[in-house]
Amino acid sequence: MSKSEIALKVNGQSHRLEVFPMARLLDVLREELQLTGTKEGCGEGECGACTVIVDGRIVNSCLVPVVQVNGSEITTIEGVAGEDDLHAVQHAFIEHGGAQCGICTPGMVLAAVDLLERNPQPTEADIRTALAGNLCRCTGYMKIFESVLQARSSK
Amino acid sequence: MSDHPIGKPVPRKEGRKKVTGQALYVDDLSFPDMLHGATVRSPVPRGKIRSIAFGGDIPWHEFTIVTAKDIPGANYVALILNDQPYLAEGFVNHAEEPILLIAHHDKYLVQEARRHVTIEVDEQPAVFTLEESLAKKAIVWGEDNVFKKFLVDKGNVDDVWANADLIVEGEYETGAQEQLYIENNGAIAIARPGEGVTVWGSMQCPYYVHKALVKLFDLPEDKIRIIQTETGGGFGGKEEYPSLIAGHAALLAWKSGKPVKLVYDRAEDMVATTKRHPSRTRHKTAVSKDGKLLAMEIDFVIDGGAYCTLSPVVLSRGTIHAGGPYNCPNVRIHSRAVATNVPPQGAFRGFGAPQSIFALERHFDLVARAVGLTPEEFRKRNFVHEGETTATSQVIRERVDMNGLLDRALQLSDYHAKRERFARENANANGGFSKKRGIGFATFMHGAGFTGSGEVYLQSVVSAEATSEGRVQILAASTEIGQGTNTIFSQIAAEALGLDFDDIDIVQPDTGRVPNSGPTVASRTSMVVGKLVESAVIGLKQTLIGSGLLGEGYTPADFRAACREYVARYGPLKSSATYQPPPNIHWDDEKYQGDAYGAYAWAVYVADVSYDELTYEARVEDFVALQEVGRVLNPVLAAGQIEGGVAQAIGFTLFENVVWKNGRMANNQMTNYIIPTPVDIPPIRVYFEENPYAYGPGGAKGIGELPMDGAAPAILNAIEDATGQNFTRIPLMPEMLMEQYEQERNRT
Repeated sequence: MSKSEIALKVNGQSHRLEVFPMARLLDVLREELQLTGTKEGCGEGECGACTVIVDGRIVNSCLVPVVQVNGSEITTIEGVAGEDDLHAVQHAFIEHGGAQCGICTPGMVLAAVDLLERNPQPTEADIRTALAGNLCRCTGYMKIFESVLQARSSK
Repeated sequence: MSDHPIGKPVPRKEGRKKVTGQALYVDDLSFPDMLHGATVRSPVPRGKIRSIAFGGDIPWHEFTIVTAKDIPGANYVALILNDQPYLAEGFVNHAEEPILLIAHHDKYLVQEARRHVTIEVDEQPAVFTLEESLAKKAIVWGEDNVFKKFLVDKGNVDDVWANADLIVEGEYETGAQEQLYIENNGAIAIARPGEGVTVWGSMQCPYYVHKALVKLFDLPEDKIRIIQTETGGGFGGKEEYPSLIAGHAALLAWKSGKPVKLVYDRAEDMVATTKRHPSRTRHKTAVSKDGKLLAMEIDFVIDGGAYCTLSPVVLSRGTIHAGGPYNCPNVRIHSRAVATNVPPQGAFRGFGAPQSIFALERHFDLVARAVGLTPEEFRKRNFVHEGETTATSQVIRERVDMNGLLDRALQLSDYHAKRERFARENANANGGFSKKRGIGFATFMHGAGFTGSGEVYLQSVVSAEATSEGRVQILAASTEIGQGTNTIFSQIAAEALGLDFDDIDIVQPDTGRVPNSGPTVASRTSMVVGKLVESAVIGLKQTLIGSGLLGEGYTPADFRAACREYVARYGPLKSSATYQPPPNIHWDDEKYQGDAYGAYAWAVYVADVSYDELTYEARVEDFVALQEVGRVLNPVLAAGQIEGGVAQAIGFTLFENVVWKNGRMANNQMTNYIIPTPVDIPPIRVYFEENPYAYGPGGAKGIGELPMDGAAPAILNAIEDATGQNFTRIPLMPEMLMEQYEQERNRT
């Protein structure tokens, strides 16, 4: 298979890349664009560590061939904070212990950001459901739920 | 004024890097001209290697290929018995055993190439379970398949059986469990003959890796440098294993002359790396009519896999904890770690204790029923008190109030009312399929730090350095793996110096820079290493005061100024502290008697469980975790440790089933090895009792492993309350529940 040109807008910046069309979006972000904040945990869409937002929807970037997102707008963890300040979700994760080892954190933060975009006042049950595709082995999730509840009220 | 950070929910030191994606894990690093490595593994569990063939349409001449013959030093992972080879030479002892290593610039080609190496092995008889190993179905290690045995003998149990009012026996089993840190194992190495070896990697114990590579390359200590990268969880799974993967990356780098990255994918990490030791525990317990323990005889066996790794130490901790927080005059614990032809089992949070505590706390509910007492009353009649002794005859010298903890935990969980209500509602469930509820608990303790003389043997060192900018740096090999080392050390140092939390920097563990503060294991980082941090920084302060540059009653600004001035006048200011054992700690390694641990955390965990008669699903609905852990250094981090440990223990109990097929994990994917997700975990309600420990920094004791211990027996005790069924094995999957429940139903 030969490489082809793919256009992506990542964290507001446009890129034209020569890549294999079936390359995983995860690898293109990490290796072509050096955006290593997106993590690989399982490579099969179970753990959510590779979560990114594509055209307003969260996806597991390990399951997405890059050709499928040609022309899309993508937000990775590197694009979540504003120019001057962290996102409310990021602040809340720091304050409330939502991050421990940090490897699931980028995906978890993006899933929470996406939830609050769609539902600014989620209940704890909404949060559990929204984060169900993101696995964490450190926290037992309690502090992650607290963090998202806090981010909700501080928005 | 200092911000006195101890006891406060100070935000995680490296939190900002982690929430912004800036924290760099090993797979995020890259070097010019770097190769990607892969491991070629044994297709069978045991046998003699007959041939190795390189086939397929692969440009093999472009590859670096390493076999055992390329090893410059000793072909073993230096640890305890040094029986595990880096690369099998002629003979394999477990499925997925590393046989050779390959590397190439193209990371996709290297994976393709791995599949085109054909290894033929003349298979020999293998054993796959501890039962088969004990029965000597085949001798696969040493003379008798036994890596290690212990005997704890207190009083004389043999004098008791004949006249005891009641004897209760039981057998309990626990399965393997995958640590499942979300970041897989990985390492990057640069190595050149004549220059030395440098490895960056995801790890808990840089000096373990250092020790192993000194032997592997037969190089002087200063030619090996190990640097920990940000580590995405460990739980024991990155205690000893990184010595192997780091060595593999380094061997490829040594031969190729280029940087080599070796990072496992999830399937390889799950199929090839260590897991929690499966166990079998037999209990024989003598009690009097009034429910006093007279004798406990415990036979504890763990399956160590194909090589010894840390099994003797895991066995030790499991053995010592097997008798629990009880005062019994006669105790005999006989324990063995045995060999099987599965990949070596290794460290996992709790380190043998979750296995033996599961058995004990499940068994004691049965003993209570046999003697006609409630589970809580039976335990209350037998708890160890100050001045009484544990199974190893350790006299408890700290204030301990298990009765009080139990009462409070039962109250916090609404235990009595729920037990009564569930019994009524379960009985009224009028036929058909319904949900039943039950509530159960476990009472337990967990020793912090290395066992017995272990800490004295380690002789851990921590250094502190004042910088020319007036900041204080902590130098220790203790790693941040999510549990909060950076934050806790900063809190301890700032508190001891009267500085602000932000005045303290933690130096990334790098054996070229930091002293050996021992491994990051055994709930020892806060309590043992933290105390050394405190001592080391106090040394800095004393030097500054002694030099006349700092007066008593100084402010943080005075301290910073004094550091700057000192460094300007005299050069670097460094202070080191070496471990000193607390007084009156005596341990007899031969008899396994004495002060096994300097301090214990004490806990009562209560599980409220539902059981669905249609799906056979047991689900934890509410969980109360109450513990006495000395002083809580950081309430958010401490609660985070407990919640995470409880969730992992719920997984151990109800979700995580390693399916073995011919000595190999068959479900080595996150798709079919299931860990709890955000929708599976009940509210975990964490409560602390604080009873400052005189020899811990700020009064702290260790807590990291404690929460792994109590959930499994509490949950199975609750399931018995719900169903009336005595379940004795974990993981307790719905299909296992179904099998036993149906058998029982057919019988009655």
